[in-house]
Amino acid sequence: MLSAEAIEKIEYELAKYPKDRRQAAVMSALRIVQIERGWLSKESVTDVAKYLGIPEIAAMEVASFYNMYDLQPVGQYKITVCTNISCMLRGSDEIVDHLQHTLGVGFNEVTADGKFCIKEGECMGCCGGAPLLHVNNTHMHEFLTTEKVDALLEELNKG
Amino acid sequence: MLNIEIDGKPLEVEHGSTIIDAADAAGIAIPRFCYHKKLSVAANCRMCLVQVEKFNKPLPACATPVADGMKIYTRSKAAVEAQQSVMEFLLINHPLDCPICDQGGECDLQDIAVAYGASGSRYTEEKRVVFNKNIGPLVSTDMTRCIQCTRCVRFLKEVGGMQELGMVGRGEHAEITAYVDQSVNSELSGNIIDLCPVGALTSKPFRYSARSWELTRRSSIAPHDGLGSHIEVHVKDHKVMRVLPREKESINECWLSDRDRFSYEGLNSPDRLKVPMIKHNGQWQETDWKTALEFAAGQLKDITKQYGGDALGVLVSPNSTMEEGYLIKQLSEGLGCGNVDYRLRQTDFRLDGKRTGTPWMGCNIQEIEELDRILLIGSNIRNEHPLLAQRIRKAVANGAELCIVSPLDNDPLMDVAHKVIVRPNDMVNVLGQILKAMSGLQKLSLCLPPTLNTLLEEIKVRPNTQKIAECLAGISEELILIAPKVGIFLGNMALSDPRFTEMYSMAEAIGGITGAKGGILPPAANSTGMHLMGVMPSATGMHARAMIEVPRKAYLLLNIEPELDCQHAALATDAMAKAECVIALTAYKSAALENADILLPIAPFTETSGTFMSMEGRVQSFQAVTRPLGECRPAWKVLRVLANTLGLNGFDYNSSEEVKNKIFHGEKPSALVWRSLNNNLKELVEIQINIKKEGLQRIGEVPQYESDPIVRRSPPLQKTKYNIRPMARMHADQLTELGLQDGDLVVAYQDKGSALLKVRLDNHVAKGCVRVAAAHPLTAGLGDLMGDITIEKASTEHAALYEKQLTEMA
Amino acid sequence: MAEQTTKMATRKSSSAKKAARPVVMTDLTGQTLVTLRTLNEKNPASLATYEKLGGYAQLKRLVTEKIKAPEIINQVKVSNLRGRGGAGFPTGLKWSFMPRYYDGTKYLVCNTDEGEPGTFKDRDIIRYNPHQLIEGMAIAAYTLGARVGYNYIHGEIWQDYEIFEAALAEAREAGYLGENLFGSNFSFDLYAVHGYGAYICGEETALIESIEGKKGQPRFKPPFPASYGVFGKPTNVNNTESYASIPWIMQHGGQAFADLGVPNSGGSKLFSVSGHVEKPGNYEIRMGTPFKELLEMAGGIWKGRQLKAVIPGGPSTAVMPARAIENATMDYDGLSKAGSSLGAGSMIVMDDTTCMVKTLKRLSYFFYEESCGQCTPCREGTGWVYRIIERIVDGKGKMEDLDLLTDLSNNISGRTICALGDAAATPVLSFIKHFRPEFEYYIQHGKSMVDGK
Ligand SMILES: Cc1cc2nc3c(=O)[nH]c(=O)nc-3n(C[C@H](O)[C@H](O)[C@H](O)COP(=O)(O)O)c2cc1C
Ligand code: SF4
Ligand code: FES
Repeated sequence: MLSAEAIEKIEYELAKYPKDRRQAAVMSALRIVQIERGWLSKESVTDVAKYLGIPEIAAMEVASFYNMYDLQPVGQYKITVCTNISCMLRGSDEIVDHLQHTLGVGFNEVTADGKFCIKEGECMGCCGGAPLLHVNNTHMHEFLTTEKVDALLEELNKG
Repeated sequence: MLNIEIDGKPLEVEHGSTIIDAADAAGIAIPRFCYHKKLSVAANCRMCLVQVEKFNKPLPACATPVADGMKIYTRSKAAVEAQQSVMEFLLINHPLDCPICDQGGECDLQDIAVAYGASGSRYTEEKRVVFNKNIGPLVSTDMTRCIQCTRCVRFLKEVGGMQELGMVGRGEHAEITAYVDQSVNSELSGNIIDLCPVGALTSKPFRYSARSWELTRRSSIAPHDGLGSHIEVHVKDHKVMRVLPREKESINECWLSDRDRFSYEGLNSPDRLKVPMIKHNGQWQETDWKTALEFAAGQLKDITKQYGGDALGVLVSPNSTMEEGYLIKQLSEGLGCGNVDYRLRQTDFRLDGKRTGTPWMGCNIQEIEELDRILLIGSNIRNEHPLLAQRIRKAVANGAELCIVSPLDNDPLMDVAHKVIVRPNDMVNVLGQILKAMSGLQKLSLCLPPTLNTLLEEIKVRPNTQKIAECLAGISEELILIAPKVGIFLGNMALSDPRFTEMYSMAEAIGGITGAKGGILPPAANSTGMHLMGVMPSATGMHARAMIEVPRKAYLLLNIEPELDCQHAALATDAMAKAECVIALTAYKSAALENADILLPIAPFTETSGTFMSMEGRVQSFQAVTRPLGECRPAWKVLRVLANTLGLNGFDYNSSEEVKNKIFHGEKPSALVWRSLNNNLKELVEIQINIKKEGLQRIGEVPQYESDPIVRRSPPLQKTKYNIRPMARMHADQLTELGLQDGDLVVAYQDKGSALLKVRLDNHVAKGCVRVAAAHPLTAGLGDLMGDITIEKASTEHAALYEKQLTEMA
Repeated sequence: MAEQTTKMATRKSSSAKKAARPVVMTDLTGQTLVTLRTLNEKNPASLATYEKLGGYAQLKRLVTEKIKAPEIINQVKVSNLRGRGGAGFPTGLKWSFMPRYYDGTKYLVCNTDEGEPGTFKDRDIIRYNPHQLIEGMAIAAYTLGARVGYNYIHGEIWQDYEIFEAALAEAREAGYLGENLFGSNFSFDLYAVHGYGAYICGEETALIESIEGKKGQPRFKPPFPASYGVFGKPTNVNNTESYASIPWIMQHGGQAFADLGVPNSGGSKLFSVSGHVEKPGNYEIRMGTPFKELLEMAGGIWKGRQLKAVIPGGPSTAVMPARAIENATMDYDGLSKAGSSLGAGSMIVMDDTTCMVKTLKRLSYFFYEESCGQCTPCREGTGWVYRIIERIVDGKGKMEDLDLLTDLSNNISGRTICALGDAAATPVLSFIKHFRPEFEYYIQHGKSMVDGK
């Protein structure tokens, strides 16, 4: 069952499309539910499909196609580091090494306390600020250095 | 018309065709995987790349529309290079183990690789492995072989009406799968086996049982629903190994319903009766044909002599052939018996004697696609005629509007423009409303029987029925369709209803105003044929229902299991039990035939020749594809010898063709059919208007995999989700009214009979109704398919009894 | 000023505060900036700012004066504006493809899905000057008769998506979007749509599929979006920067815009400069500006190193060794004469410490990862190519691999549904073509010629 808040947000998205095109809101709906529940379990995908009245497999096709959906549990803070060319040229490897070393996990692994996980990202369209990462799909951190990463982790650890 | 050139060959092609259409029409081979003429164009496999003059890169023939003057090269250097490179890419992740693949020998990939590929692969990296999925009892998967052509996905979505498979993941990780842990439930699912160009989707029942080159292929006609689909039966060592569709554009196109495809497994059932049997002192004994036939003839003679021909009842399956129907009718006449009928699931026979001809669907199957407006009355069309549902789906996709009047709100997997879901009792009223609204729209005064006129006066037209009327008249918000092509069809629930006469008359009247085509959707493979030959009571004879209501001394049964195939299970069981002698011509030993006295093993459709006449009046003969099992004999032969034994004249047929010639008086069948197909009534029929408003009503559908003795015995079909145990399905409001909950155990009473059933919440059922499936041992104690029913909460003793029943059935 | 915009753009993210401003003023002396004209204002993204600079005046003028579509389209044609999404298709010509008379809803789509590595210009438009994009789209909608528009925004830039959503709300509130604008019978609703991480959705038909709530799998063309687009309806798709150029063109006339550039490449353009330069960022410069000037604006090669190579328009354009680009000009013809193309103007600069083999590995991984997977050559080919390069980097390369890579890339290119296949092939072909000795060295020695690792 979707929460009332989730439904309200999904309805806001649905209003953007013709009435008989409810599937159009599936991406937003999945995003909204993922943010609320942390990740997209099978039940979450089913809930979204049911609410929109579309085949479950159609919702799953979408959920499995786009990088930012998590079909497996992630840490409280999912840190996605872009390693694509512009970031790589400016030292994203070093940022990744530093993160992995500090947190003691590799890509797609969650720290023992469930707090962090690191993912490798593709180009985020912000290459001018390379190297960069974003947290929980929403907060972008640019012009990274290892010191900045430390500061960020510290801040997140507090929060 | 456009002028183009393919491989130097000048061609005239239609505007809007694609290169592949043009090439196919001209017999020029272009390799392809994803393209299928019945599916949307995906253009994703890239196998069909060809060179087109003035284009600097190869174009996919399947997706490229032809333009005037286009010069196309399918085997030029550029084309061949493109084809070879696609082939190389396709094979890098495909296992190269054809000898152990079930598709081996009939694999498009294998064939095209030989014809269009280069020799040897340059791929030395690791191959991708894809985990297998279990998508149900009919289709087996081997997803590592999948080449992502998405034909299966598109089929289920576009033809099946519901997306049950999808391609999840992205890029190289993309996989075809059903939703997590789900199976594919489409009643057309088997077609994805044919569509899959590789060995990724294969037939689960057939899997590894034979190699394609060991099979003999023989043509036949599907024996279940009224379409008369063309099939190809594959036989090995006199055993049917599988059934595939034979392409017939005007009937089944290139498809087949799962029932027609997988029912053959019922032919190989251990239940098959292989030798004649006679019951002696309550004990079944095997015997030889001569003894059995003489015994049967003796019994028939004795009883008819003693009590008159009227003491005999002859019940004939509408899935039997015309020849069989004709002979059994003749035989009955010879015995002075007018009690013959094939309409086993009908309640209302008031139209008998009033028809001008043989009722049929009133148009061609193919014509359905061209209709603009369709009204379905009392039909769960996907359950009754899966491929007809598919045609309607196509019509709807082309913009037709579908209206439904039914007690069931089952999803037809297509857009429904308007629907009215009411108790069967109220359907007459709803049709009356539509009629009234229509006459209002046309400002007509109708020439109707007085009772109907009175009824119409009383009726109040409700907004949603008004909408249906407007829809049928072609009036809608945006535009008015002048003279829309309308089709009105009555389905199984209407045909079984005690108010069939009323519904039929109303449908006729509505059709009259709208100039509609349509009629009934005859339920079985040979319903129309049986009617044509008059396998029905004589003027003084009894119809199928009367024969069991007023038990006869003796019964002659052709190809039926009375308690499962008759309209009133309890009466049928009772009648058989009371009879002095029941002679069953049957392919199976059956619990439902426990009350019989003589079992004569007959050949099912694969082991005999014969003729079916389809719902559209198509007369189609077929030959045996295997020899009869054991001592089984074609029923036409059995009937002939039985008649001879009885000393009746005029039974000297040497082949089923001779019988057929007799039936059609040596004319072309089409000539006779043309004269006789007619849905008109000779006279206005008085209809009843005081229809009961109170009380629960049963909706006794026959689930499609319970419809006849063969499908009932097909294990894979029985394993599908359609094999749900009969339950008392009711709308939530109805449950509240009765103080019941999903899962409760109840006793359902009809007449004197009863059944123990689990309650199931089903909001697709009209309020005031209980949906209880028929043709099942659990509901054999019940009565009318469509009729009054009462529901009571079960006691604790009942619970124990229910458990016992379940264990017995298992 | 910088403080404020940065704050607005990044909200809670603290890291960017002290960073260099990613957007730099350009050489358009005395001239307002085109697509980033609010940039030097205090509150660049606000409606008030935009209005103060004459924003929405063009929309209002065209609508209230009932200027005819052909006249507007003609101005766009004269402007020589070519699609800024990468393909450089003339925008005026594209607009003329939209059916004039159509019974039903026509759609307008803006492509802000930039995910091609090295491209980050559209982000600055939606976060610093969203209203100009909105006005540009509204003008396009008016011209093309589109009733509804969608701006599809790249998934990873959520904060900028929110800025754009806020701008939309402002514009609706102010009566620039919605029903019967300025009392006319022109109505236009514009919505933001959020992507969720798929490069392929930048391809216009994949983007349309994505708007419809499906996987971003490109459609086969024809039919083109102009006849079969969003929900099967006629749809015009343009890049963010293309639309954002429109108000300026309407204000100053098509000729003025054309005059900003050079023949065949009208206007000024945003160039995203990333990689080994001192000041990476967006530079809005005239078309035809010499490469050297642009590099200079970006502070030159960082750490005092030497230029080795440039990918001038994003990885789908061919890499250029320093000598090939040094004297080129930044416009369509200039770059194509020099052996590559302008693409989306995404200049990735590499210094002399860059190992081309490893760089190619990362790029081919990108295309392998981002292939939508529907067509055979791209789905199977990109993985194969990546695995070979990976093997080379792992020290297990064979000399034949280089020819195989070239051959495979040629077999992918031109044989797929969308241009991602071609894009995937381009780096492989151009890297091997220009830096073959580096690849051969790697294969022979099992390590890089550049960094020795
Ligand atoms: C793989 C691929 C990715 C693309 N990505 C983008 C993109 O991120 N942004 C964009 O505007 N156009 C992108 N395009 C180009 C679009 O398909 C389309 O041509 C463009 O949005 C049209 O706008 P324009 O005419 O204004 O350039 C991409 C094309 C391909 C083949
Ligand atoms: S070229 Fe690649 S990304 Fe484009 S449609 Fe084909 S598989 Fe998808
Ligand atoms: S058959 Fe044309 S691309 Fe597959």
